[in-house]
Amino acid sequence: MAQNDNVRYLNPPTVEVRKKKYCRFKKAGIKYVDYKDPEFLKKFLNEQGKILPRRITGTSLKFQRKVAQAVKRARSLALLPYVTDLLK
Amino acid sequence: MLKQYETVFIATPVLSDAQMKEAVAKYTGFITSNGGEIVYEEDWGLKQLAYPIQHKTSGFYYLIEFKADPEFVANLEIQYKRDERILRFLTVALDKDAIAYAEHRREMKAAKKNAPVEAPVEDKAEEVEDVTEYDVEPVDSKEE
Repeated sequence: MAQNDNVRYLNPPTVEVRKKKYCRFKKAGIKYVDYKDPEFLKKFLNEQGKILPRRITGTSLKFQRKVAQAVKRARSLALLPYVTDLLK
Repeated sequence: MLKQYETVFIATPVLSDAQMKEAVAKYTGFITSNGGEIVYEEDWGLKQLAYPIQHKTSGFYYLIEFKADPEFVANLEIQYKRDERILRFLTVALDKDAIAYAEHRREMKAAKKNAPVEAPVEDKAEEVEDVTEYDVEPVDSKEE
């Protein structure tokens, strides 16, 4: 434990400055997530058509729920696939 | 108390234009004859489905915004279920943000319709653009 101070690196550890994530809905003032707009919803999906987690998109919880709801509606209307490869 | 709803249905692609019109007329008529009122209608035309439904790969999409009694929606959905022409339907209640959004969307559509000089591209695609003008790439996609 006391040795922690003595840890030495060969290369100085790189500290990346990461850009702060933000919720695009809050930033842009969007209040309603439209399920009729598959192109927009695709930003929240990965290539297989799965919904991306908040930790990646940075969406706030309130809007993540709305996005999830909208994606599911769009899926049921065949605007988005349930499963796929190489979406986008 | 009337509440605002929005319904989208997908009709089979085998219908002719006249049959499609008749199907639409049936539902709009059904709404108005049950004390509802039509706020807005939109024909999305024949669209490719993201996955096959009843072995069909495309379908006619039609959107109706209407005000109606909450009890009426169940009846409308029964009508949809009985109708063999309808592949899929979705009825959604609109809250105040959704109504504001719908109005905004309609205005944008109307503006697009009056303004464009170039050939009217498929309007859905344009709609996408104005929503995404605050375009933000997924903020930081790599996360260890």
